[in-house]
Amino acid sequence: MEGQLAHIGAGLAAIGSGAAAIGVGNVAGSFLSGALRNPSAAAGQTATLFIGIAFAEALGIFAFLVALLLMFAV
Amino acid sequence: MSEDTATNGAETLAESGSGHGGDAAAAVGGSSHDIPGVAPSGLQIHPMEQFEPARLFGEGEIFWYTPTNVTLWMLLAVLSVALLMVMGTSGRAIIPSRAQSTAELAYGFVRKMVEDVAGKDALGFFPYIMTLFLFIVTANLLAILPMSFSSTSQIVVTAVMALAVFLTVTILGFVKNGMKFLGLFWVSSAPLALRPILAVIELISYFVRPVSHSVRLAGNIMAGHAVVKVFAGFAGVLGLGSVLPILAITSVLALELLVSFVQAYVFAILTCVYLKDALHPSH
Repeated sequence: MEGQLAHIGAGLAAIGSGAAAIGVGNVAGSFLSGALRNPSAAAGQTATLFIGIAFAEALGIFAFLVALLLMFAV
Repeated sequence: MSEDTATNGAETLAESGSGHGGDAAAAVGGSSHDIPGVAPSGLQIHPMEQFEPARLFGEGEIFWYTPTNVTLWMLLAVLSVALLMVMGTSGRAIIPSRAQSTAELAYGFVRKMVEDVAGKDALGFFPYIMTLFLFIVTANLLAILPMSFSSTSQIVVTAVMALAVFLTVTILGFVKNGMKFLGLFWVSSAPLALRPILAVIELISYFVRPVSHSVRLAGNIMAGHAVVKVFAGFAGVLGLGSVLPILAITSVLALELLVSFVQAYVFAILTCVYLKDALHPSH
């Protein structure tokens, strides 16, 4: 029974990946809308784009980590 | 009629491939290939089985010094980087060969990234970041090859690299700035009442860095390869309809090509960001 509960918890933790997807989509969408307004400035900001994506993704990674721990460590 | 023959064909394919459990030859039924711990119903190909490290020689336990498929593919990545760089720098022609222009492209790309993100005074760390980037990107690209092993999908491998970056950055911060490095956690632009709370948050986010740094790379590579394996399982079951999963596998592999480059880039660029924090800790 407890093992099954851990599986349910792992599934719930996977919702966090969807939340991270919203965050990453926000970053990329905002970058694109800014880049289309001023295309000449866009090339210099791709590094910032990737840093922003990485930071938004980090929280999704923690959700993934929780799911992994529930699947294999509990 | 044609569907019947197709299923028969798939079954004989599965039976002939039963010995080594290859990529495309997914098992259809057949109790001979049940993986222990996996329910017999549903997918007969286990998507996470490909990430299990195995000894190269003989049987038995795996110690830290045992040559496994992880070490083999890491060695291959190192050898390919060395080969590219040796071939790229041996000619030094004015009109570069293909190897030379690839090597020059990689050099210029990483150097510009370090200069732009971490600043000119971090260029002493350029060889380190170049090594990290080239190793990760080569290991990722080698992992896309059929029947290969993805060494960067092992959290052990990425955790060692992330911990090395973390220790380097922390020690560098204290050596360069002394106790002023702690100013990284004391946000001087915030109101005084908020600063202790922010300090706790900054401290947590600082120590969580190696975790997200390593799990990001390993998780992305692992997830991509597991998706490919899941679609390979579909392809074995569907018979003639397996054209669809094979098309899906092709497009997922194209995405993997992008991901393996982007994740190496992100790993390197985050190293640059952490370096900049260590060199200029003021907020």
